[in-house]
Amino acid sequence: MNEMGEQQRDYVLRTADERGVRLVRLWFTDILGNLKSFAISPAELENALEDGMTFDGSSIDGFSRVQEADVLAIPDPNTFEILPWADPKGTEARVFCNIHNLDSTPFEGDPRQVLKRNLDAAVKAGYSFYVAPDIEYFYFAPPVPGETPKPLDEGGFFDLTTSDIATSLRKETIRTLETMGIPVEYSFHEDAPSQHEIDLRHTDALTMADSVMTFRLVVREVAAAHGVHATFMPKPLEGVQGSGMHLHLSLFKGESNAFYDADDPYNLSPTAKAFMAGLIRHAAEITAVTNQTVNSYKRLVPGFEAPVHISWARNNRSGLIRVPVPKKGNPMATRIEYRSPDPATNPYLAFSVLLAAGLRGVEQGYELPAEADDNLFELDNTALSKLSIEQLPQSLSDALHLMERSELVQNALGDHIFEWFLRNKRSEWRGYKTQVTPFELDRYLRSL
Amino acid sequence: MEYLVVFPDPPSADLARTLDLSGYRWKAVSSPDEAIEHEPGGGWAGAVVTVEQNAESAWAFCRSLRRRDASSCRILLLISGAELGQLELRDDIFDDFCLTPFHPRELEARLRHLTYSEGPVTRADMVEYGGLSLNLETYQATFEGRALDLTYMEYELLKFLAQNPGKVFTREILLSRVWGYEYYGGARTVDVHIRRLRAKLGEEHANLIQTVRSVGYRFGQSRWGV
Repeated sequence: MNEMGEQQRDYVLRTADERGVRLVRLWFTDILGNLKSFAISPAELENALEDGMTFDGSSIDGFSRVQEADVLAIPDPNTFEILPWADPKGTEARVFCNIHNLDSTPFEGDPRQVLKRNLDAAVKAGYSFYVAPDIEYFYFAPPVPGETPKPLDEGGFFDLTTSDIATSLRKETIRTLETMGIPVEYSFHEDAPSQHEIDLRHTDALTMADSVMTFRLVVREVAAAHGVHATFMPKPLEGVQGSGMHLHLSLFKGESNAFYDADDPYNLSPTAKAFMAGLIRHAAEITAVTNQTVNSYKRLVPGFEAPVHISWARNNRSGLIRVPVPKKGNPMATRIEYRSPDPATNPYLAFSVLLAAGLRGVEQGYELPAEADDNLFELDNTALSKLSIEQLPQSLSDALHLMERSELVQNALGDHIFEWFLRNKRSEWRGYKTQVTPFELDRYLRSL
Repeated sequence: MEYLVVFPDPPSADLARTLDLSGYRWKAVSSPDEAIEHEPGGGWAGAVVTVEQNAESAWAFCRSLRRRDASSCRILLLISGAELGQLELRDDIFDDFCLTPFHPRELEARLRHLTYSEGPVTRADMVEYGGLSLNLETYQATFEGRALDLTYMEYELLKFLAQNPGKVFTREILLSRVWGYEYYGGARTVDVHIRRLRAKLGEEHANLIQTVRSVGYRFGQSRWGV
């Protein structure tokens, strides 16, 4: 281990000691994006930092392999944080881990390692990848099986009333996030009842993927402490808009924003345009990753501010990619907003496929199609096909079908995750397909 | 950080600016009595005395400092070429001089050398500024008595800045001094960590770390709005 690593380790050990940490939670993420954790005592921390902690990978979905089930969790000391909501009896800390095989090679089933591999490829090409998500979610009364979720309020956009318990939940959430080093850019009450949005300030993609994992936990923990259920389900209520996770993406080359070009009418560099072209060409095949549930596709329908068509524009919110006009023309703020992902995605894998698609466009110099500034929801199929604008996949099944044939996604995710993801999601689709829904009973039982 | 006494009050704009950018804390005074009145607990680390038309009062000021405490307060003169003759037979009341108009880098280098033997005024294992206190031995950071939970790199960045208050650093310098190795975030890493530090310091203290437009960052106050 290099000198920097030793200092970091020393720092973590001293901090745990000084702050009286009683429990250290080792965090990692499974393929579906669920946060997994096991706790160790501070006495084991030194050993964990040095050699990692062995655990039985077969107990985690997608980690299991036929021969060797044991894997190593090696903490990333730079992510060591005291948990602000810990039990008053003992301070707790968390640290994100990289999962390795026992021979210390990166474990192929670890989404964090997958993202690191994709980021390494970007670094080799001279780029660092930055992401800022706008995350939407709902607050509901604790769910009762079989019943429609109950919103906490019926407030509209930007409503603020003193009785709004959701607003105080959101404020407490933001305070907690900031204490954990996750700066918040904006937050507000969204269109739908009990729907809220919190926008995080951009960071490098690895830190942001960790932050999204922390974010989802913090939102749920703060809500649960007040008897409220927070959910990142993409479309929990019929007839109102669902929850998206718009991703603001940019590439930096050293200190400068590689997407910015002062001389271009859009202020977009050739790199930005080729990156967008890559996203557009590969959008359909990466959608299974960015929108990974059966429910995700109930959000991607016309009329609810979610994208349906694979297109881009400056100020058209019906397209897949929007190019926001930066405040005061700040070059650093030049970015593109990719609007289809939802907050139920695995951020490590979503950032990986988005980066791979964009970089493919840059490497191969893809041509950016024309801007589509019409309201695409109002165009019929003939008009759309004239503009050669295609649609995002309509269902998880369609999306999986496209992903299965994608060499780009397979490379980005690696064979292990690619195979496991397809198997797992096909089985989810089969489970859904065999359901007889209330929709069908209402429509067909009497008339047929 | 060294506390310098500057004579006379007010100093020239160039001098004030150079002291600020070099990260010195300083106080301008117009008489020996004022220098005594404002003297910090650890004594002045150095004095910058400008010899101009008021040459006599400048010399009187130097003598007064010397009488008070032999030679612990090192004295640097700013003097024009035409006045150099005045230095003759006064070697006992100054330690170094710099010709005016001075070059800021030269003055900064001379000051650093002048105050070198003094060492930092703060205890070696503590860095303190305003309400912020960093214990270098235990790695603990507190702000107004409240523990700050920082990651390693946040701690290292804050330490570097707090050890050099008032001084402006570019992103490249911070990246090379604090990180010193290739990192996924590139040079933007610095901005990200500054934001995280500001978030952890809390909204009302976020301006402890100031953005210096098109240059970089500065920790703590400067008298000049650069």
